[in-house]
Amino acid sequence: MATSTTAPDADRREPRAGSPARGPARRPRGPRRSLLPYLLLAPAVVLELAIHVIPMVVGVWMSLLELTQFHIRDWSTAPFIGLENYRATLDLNSAAGKELLHSFWITLAYSLLSVGFAWLLGISAAVVLQRPFRGRAILRALFLTPYALPVYAAVITWSFLLQRDTGLVNHVLVDQLGLMNERPFWLIGDNSFWSLLVVSVWRNWPFAFLCLMAGLQNVPGELYEAAAIDGAGFWRRLRSVTLPMLRPVNLVLLLVLFLWTFNDFNTPFVLFGGSAPEQADLISIHIYRSSFKTWDFGSGSAMSVALLLFLLIVSAAYLLITNRRRDDHA
Amino acid sequence: MSRRHLGIFTAAVLAAASLTACGGSGDDSAASPKTLTYWASNQGASLEADKTILQPELDKFEKQTGIKVTVEVVPWSDLLNRLLAAAASGKGPDVVNIGNTWSASLQATGALVEFDDAALQAVGGKDRIVPAALAAAGAPGKPPAAVPLYSMAYSLYYNKKSFADAGITAPPTTWEQLAEYGKKLSTGGKWGLAIEGANPSENAHHAFTFSQQYGGEWFDSAGKPTFDTPQNVSAIKRYIDFMAADKITNPSNAEYAQNQSVSDFANGKAAMLLWQSAGSNLKTQNMPADAYGVAPVPFLASPPAGGKKVNSMVAGINMAVFKHTKNKDGALSFVKFMTSDEEQTILNKTYGSLPAVKTAASDPAFSATEQKTIQETLVTTAAPLPQVPDESTFETLVGTAMKELFADAASGKPVTEESVKAKLTDAQQKMR
Repeated sequence: MATSTTAPDADRREPRAGSPARGPARRPRGPRRSLLPYLLLAPAVVLELAIHVIPMVVGVWMSLLELTQFHIRDWSTAPFIGLENYRATLDLNSAAGKELLHSFWITLAYSLLSVGFAWLLGISAAVVLQRPFRGRAILRALFLTPYALPVYAAVITWSFLLQRDTGLVNHVLVDQLGLMNERPFWLIGDNSFWSLLVVSVWRNWPFAFLCLMAGLQNVPGELYEAAAIDGAGFWRRLRSVTLPMLRPVNLVLLLVLFLWTFNDFNTPFVLFGGSAPEQADLISIHIYRSSFKTWDFGSGSAMSVALLLFLLIVSAAYLLITNRRRDDHA
Repeated sequence: MSRRHLGIFTAAVLAAASLTACGGSGDDSAASPKTLTYWASNQGASLEADKTILQPELDKFEKQTGIKVTVEVVPWSDLLNRLLAAAASGKGPDVVNIGNTWSASLQATGALVEFDDAALQAVGGKDRIVPAALAAAGAPGKPPAAVPLYSMAYSLYYNKKSFADAGITAPPTTWEQLAEYGKKLSTGGKWGLAIEGANPSENAHHAFTFSQQYGGEWFDSAGKPTFDTPQNVSAIKRYIDFMAADKITNPSNAEYAQNQSVSDFANGKAAMLLWQSAGSNLKTQNMPADAYGVAPVPFLASPPAGGKKVNSMVAGINMAVFKHTKNKDGALSFVKFMTSDEEQTILNKTYGSLPAVKTAASDPAFSATEQKTIQETLVTTAAPLPQVPDESTFETLVGTAMKELFADAASGKPVTEESVKAKLTDAQQKMR
């Protein structure tokens, strides 16, 4: 998947590791070129077609049909309506269009905040755990737990914690600490957005931590020593050594995290049980509701395709900008 | 575009493509004439309990016919999606249980065997079946798409001790009384009425009943939605107001979707509950049958012009056969077996529902207060939900709008005629 972008970055950044490998890896030229490379590639290509490309094409085709329950059994009977689904779902004056736009903004805010906090926590923990100390391995394992837990089990537990009357969160906040007089709702109303964000950050930050920790292993110790000799303090070292050296990791990490959170279905689905409150109506749930719950797969597909295009533009722009900057630096 | 840019573009495509993922279903339709696959709905306390209840009956069927039935109990939250996937793919089980309100919606997919006179004859004959239940098994004017299996209706369950403590001698017969009693009962951390506020289906069922009492309809005669009529607005507002205005419902109920309202009633946290065949569920939660009373669902004290005397939908579970089955004769004989007098008595007794065939209804097992109340409601004051293809969409959209209104009420936002109408108009616009 998106990890395919790491390879060129890693090669370029690490000349020492890259150069000995590059020679022998070069393909033999001339007539000796055999079928072997194609054979080796074939399974990947077939899987890529079956898992990504064909479903995508089918999805685009569905978005052009009026695919309701009357036609779901035999798609060939579904009337071809061209861009009608797009017109209906993206018409910002209609109820459906307004809701989709609302859902889009919610999802954007959710993704940016979730990625931001997950990255912040990840980098903090990775930096703190960079130097060996007693108990470091235990802390590392502990920090990775949320990522290792099955998502359904973890999020169901959160939904229990966040119940108004019987949840642990309110028990601690209201009954034990007495911080509030009224029991707040966490799963409906305005708070639901923040609940969702907390759960999402809790689930995603260990991944950021893992990647950044791995990235830090590649930062040569001499750089820190040299910086220390030059009198650089902690913050200066972080800004001038750690972050620049982590740049290739960050480039990929942020993009992957963004795409994951933007498309996140499991967390809101399990937390809110299928129909999320308006304040936390993420686009994936919105599309699910529009197609499965109202049996209108055509307009659900139209929304998916629009979302795909948006993410495509965001990803391409992101990669273009970050690559251009790197070229400027080089 | 340079090669590197092309690479970047490809990478972006692949990364963004990670969102196209969609579940499918396995091909488990029985190929051999000696086997059948059956998806049962969750009628008992748990999926496991249902399996234990059904297995001896399936063994009996195998002994009689030599056909082995593999059962899977599917939770309600998944059932409609699973049925839809089976209908779309032409693969899946041979025989299924469906909520009877989905009959017309699923019928429209054309994936279910239609029970014309010949097919009905094959499962025991049309005349055996309770007419109200059969009316809720498919679109009017068409052969039914399913056969009724379990019959249910809404009743008012009330806690006898709470009522006695509050000095109330009889269950309410009007909504006005229910609100008044509810206020007396809502003291000391206890509440008058428990509501499953975040469950769209439950909400939609009440939307139907209240709308009938206010003289409203959710679909016109052509099957077009009429969600935001003044009658429907009044009906929805009346129901939400139990929490918003009368304050006889705990605001927490706005997040209930896993039958917590039944638990609250069983634990004495709420004194009243509107539910279908709650008895067996209450029993598993250790509430003895003599601790609660069962009464018909109330009516409006002074119904407006056009208001109907309806206090429940015709609730129930139907049994359907997929057209893609490779063993249609076996499937029909299984339906016949499940709707036979003996099985109807055994299963409905266990689940606290009523037989869908007249011949089993006279069994003394169905003469308890709860079953009698359900029986009386079904015969006199229950009406089927609109049997139109868009019914399941109505349940989702209106039920969700009500969920949002409950959330507003719970967080102290005012629920007004305007806000109710706005939600219903929005819901209607999403139909097409």
